[in-house]
Amino acid sequence: MLRWFRNPATETQITHGQRLWLYLIAVITMILLVTPTLIVVPMSFSDSQYLEFPPQNWSTRWYKHYFGSSEWMLATRTSFKVAFLTMLVATPVGVLAAYGLHCSRIRFIRAAFVLMITPMMVPVVLVAIGAFYAYVQLQILYTVTGLVLAHTVLALPLVVIVTGSALKSYDMSQEDAARSLGAPRWKAFLTVTLPQIRFAVVTSALLSFLTSFDEVVVAMFVSGGDNPTLTRNMFNALRDQIDPTIASISTIMILVTTGMMVLAQIFGQKKEAARQND
Amino acid sequence: MEATRTNELGLRRDEWLERMKLFGLGSPAILLILVILVIPVGWLFYVSFIGADGTFSLENYERMLERKSYARIFQTTFEVSFLTTGLCILIGYPLAYFIAGLPNRIANLCLITVLLPFWTSLLVRTYAWLVLLQKRGLVNEWAISLGLWDEPIKMVHNMTGTLIGMVHIMLPFLILPVYGAMKAIDRDLMKAASNLGASPRRAFWTVYFPLTLPGLFAGALMVFILCLGFFVTPAVLGGGKVIMVSMKIVSNIELFVNWGAASALGVVLLMATMVILWVASRFLNLEKMTGGGH
Repeated sequence: MLRWFRNPATETQITHGQRLWLYLIAVITMILLVTPTLIVVPMSFSDSQYLEFPPQNWSTRWYKHYFGSSEWMLATRTSFKVAFLTMLVATPVGVLAAYGLHCSRIRFIRAAFVLMITPMMVPVVLVAIGAFYAYVQLQILYTVTGLVLAHTVLALPLVVIVTGSALKSYDMSQEDAARSLGAPRWKAFLTVTLPQIRFAVVTSALLSFLTSFDEVVVAMFVSGGDNPTLTRNMFNALRDQIDPTIASISTIMILVTTGMMVLAQIFGQKKEAARQND
Repeated sequence: MEATRTNELGLRRDEWLERMKLFGLGSPAILLILVILVIPVGWLFYVSFIGADGTFSLENYERMLERKSYARIFQTTFEVSFLTTGLCILIGYPLAYFIAGLPNRIANLCLITVLLPFWTSLLVRTYAWLVLLQKRGLVNEWAISLGLWDEPIKMVHNMTGTLIGMVHIMLPFLILPVYGAMKAIDRDLMKAASNLGASPRRAFWTVYFPLTLPGLFAGALMVFILCLGFFVTPAVLGGGKVIMVSMKIVSNIELFVNWGAASALGVVLLMATMVILWVASRFLNLEKMTGGGH
């Protein structure tokens, strides 16, 4: 153990002992990154009105309250519906756009790419009030359609970037080969290109889902009435007081996110395995 | 002769058509962004120049210059953005450096601690801090029982809480690009530097650090831009004491239904973002040209 302190840790012969401060800072930072979120999970099972840790008495009363409330259930249904539909719209639209931009060597391609990225650069508050105004004119305020469209716009840059970078490392001549053998372009894309960029497409889809599911500001403005989202209701509840029900909802949201992450991981490992088999 | 020329023209036309068709694949995306984002924001731009009496006027912008409350809002916004970015660099850089030096398997495990909060809903994380930092919260309780301080300290609904929450939310945006830049550095360079007689400190500052600058710069830029337009965390953890531009925009519409004032603020916020991005993009290109990358 003592020898470890004197062993060199870097190429410049700094020893582990001399770098102890770095290890300390790094470990503290990592703990601070993860624990605040995770600590909500045990707290949500507390019996008390004031979220305790560790809980003195365990109970599921906040979950019962959540599942028993028609308001929260309506919001949950809306959130899942909107996130799922956003995923279904943003993924194909974004993948098509990324493919088109990648293959078409037209002059204003850079401008088109910048346009696709703008939803990421414009402050989200502006997107929200802009959409609010537009939806009043189009009469789709407080509808699922409106929410899905706005969230699709927010998700598109991610899809275009993720799929675009996958296309960059993909060898297009494979598609040319398929086409020279008589396959029409769409068939060549579906049967040759798409299977090879499927990991990026799945990642894009998951990211679109999460973008919509976690989105707050746009939902604050264009969701409501019969279609409030979970995040909108949570935000409004947070502004009033610290409602322990939010802890149980947070736990469920953490579960959804972690589930998505694990899914992406599994897919990634399959891709690795496939690569090794090739 | 004539035949080959018409053939050539035909080929060129076909190619052009093909390109246009391919480009057309992007049209649903472009149409969506235009209708939902560009046109409404353009309309906000227009509205910002309309006065209370419905004619062209600069009163929305004049008000911003005249009223002290607006100056304070801008000051707060930049203050919070600078502080958050600075703290993220101070905390994030050492962590990225630490992880980049680990063997791959352990590094991936450590990266999960960065990615997990990155993926978790921002609202959930803000809520977590609200719970932890409140007067009867865990941090106060533990600090008192450990004897760090005697009375509960107010750590939320003020600047402190806002900064804690924002740094926590922004850290992954800084760490990931910095880590990427560090991973791309050829470790032999450090060996060479120390072989040539550089002290470890000198080798770090003259060889390693400059090579991480593009990543650090990209990450800091991302954090700063996101901070400028941030809404949720300051709104919840600031408790009305930390008012940023985006919050004023929302209250202008929700409370006062004043589209002119909100739009003008929005235009200024957008312009500030665009100018910073534009300046940074020049700087970043410069960086690449001068060999700051690899």
